[in-house]
Amino acid sequence: MSLDAHRCPDGHLTYPGHGVCPACGQGQTETVDLADRTGEVVTWTTSTATPPGVREPNTLAIVEFDVDGTSVRALGGATTEDVETGDRVRPVHVEQLREPDAGIREPASQAWDGYRFEPVE
Amino acid sequence: MDVAIIGASMTQFGQRDGWVRDLLTEAGEACLADAGVPRADVEHIYVANMASGEFEGQTGLMNALAHDMGLLGAYAERVDNTSGTGGAGVFEAWQSVASGASDCTLLVGGEKMTHRTTAESTDVIASLTHPVEYKHGATLPSFAGLTARHYLERFDAPRESLAEVAVKNHANGTLNPNAQFQREIDVETALDSPVIADPLRLYDFCPVTDGGAALLLCPADRAEEYTDDFLRVTGVAGATDTHVVHEREDPTVMKGVVESGEQAFRMAGWDRDDVDIAELHDMFTILEFLQLEGLGFADQGTAWRMASEGTTARDGDLPVNTSGGLKSKGHPLGASGVAQVVELYRQIRGEAGARQVEADRGLACNVGGFGNCVVTTLVEGVRA
Repeated sequence: MSLDAHRCPDGHLTYPGHGVCPACGQGQTETVDLADRTGEVVTWTTSTATPPGVREPNTLAIVEFDVDGTSVRALGGATTEDVETGDRVRPVHVEQLREPDAGIREPASQAWDGYRFEPVE
Repeated sequence: MDVAIIGASMTQFGQRDGWVRDLLTEAGEACLADAGVPRADVEHIYVANMASGEFEGQTGLMNALAHDMGLLGAYAERVDNTSGTGGAGVFEAWQSVASGASDCTLLVGGEKMTHRTTAESTDVIASLTHPVEYKHGATLPSFAGLTARHYLERFDAPRESLAEVAVKNHANGTLNPNAQFQREIDVETALDSPVIADPLRLYDFCPVTDGGAALLLCPADRAEEYTDDFLRVTGVAGATDTHVVHEREDPTVMKGVVESGEQAFRMAGWDRDDVDIAELHDMFTILEFLQLEGLGFADQGTAWRMASEGTTARDGDLPVNTSGGLKSKGHPLGASGVAQVVELYRQIRGEAGARQVEADRGLACNVGGFGNCVVTTLVEGVRA
């Protein structure tokens, strides 16, 4: 289990990884696991009109991590509705983020586990 | 080759009894009638539709429409650019004429959605998201909530400024007989409505809608054979932004809007001041701000003032969404971008009835996904 950001030879970081680095077009050659780091909430929302198989309400946050001076962002659910912009959060692994069989997407086409964000005191 | 728009139509938007083929045919027939062009003249057909397979289990709409309208033999193609499908249809239809491949192109956009629950419709649309977004239950409304909070906090904009967009567009919608909503609202009603994606509430969102819209295009130098009052497409361009929304360097900048706008203005040789009216993709109220800024009508972080100060009202300097916008007119995905240009056609030709404004030049910006793929179109009136 890991929350991998992907890095190209020039040091650009993305989450998720891509075929080529969106900033410079080079292949991404390294990963950096964000799972044991803390990040900062850039913005958040609590969605009350969720699709089939998704918890309701569903609080989502965009979180920014600093990796040796380079920032990288990730979207994820929050473990609580009690979130504010600027909060420090840590990733917490969840086996199944939504019911794979309930939505329109083919369950076998993608992963359904991942990380939600939990505020740290 | 200069391209003219010589006919336009839209069906009633809202909850309709017909299925997608019925809506497309209704719009297409009305457009040919509006233009007075015989069906034998139609050489290319573009059908703008995002998801009839997912919504209705009906694919192959381009061939179905050619058959249903008695246009067999014409080249037909379906266009999908998610919620920016109609704008992409305008771009493709323009290309078909500008390239010389067609001397008469019918563009018909349509979507049938209301037979699905809101949750199901939301999921169909959310299927455009990246797997790392989809697995968290991210939806287009949730992206709007994330972005709206960031915008309000960063630029110290009042929450009411978003409600003012809804109030304006609902007021405009009451003057458009084809709009889904025919009801004015006030700021308090918008601010007291149920939370959908905090800080956004029910009245910050467009409804789920059935409907169709159509345009007929031909070379500008042949337009006078059909009409002495038509539109010329002076600029049209499309651009993309990241698939993963959180990867954008600045969450308040939609690069697809910026780049498609810059290209369209460059092609037309226009300044921003040349635009008399704009139809913007207000699927969510916050998008009106992001497009006004991305298209260069306002500096970053300032467009929130435009609705409350009246700049974008029908009697303002730049009327925005005189049709009611997606907010009030409704948002049948594939039809919306076509219907934006239908409104420009009606306004510029002086056929907009009670919502008529003074306009010779107009802009339409149709946003697919959450700014993932965008088409901007500029048109001007020509009177022979």
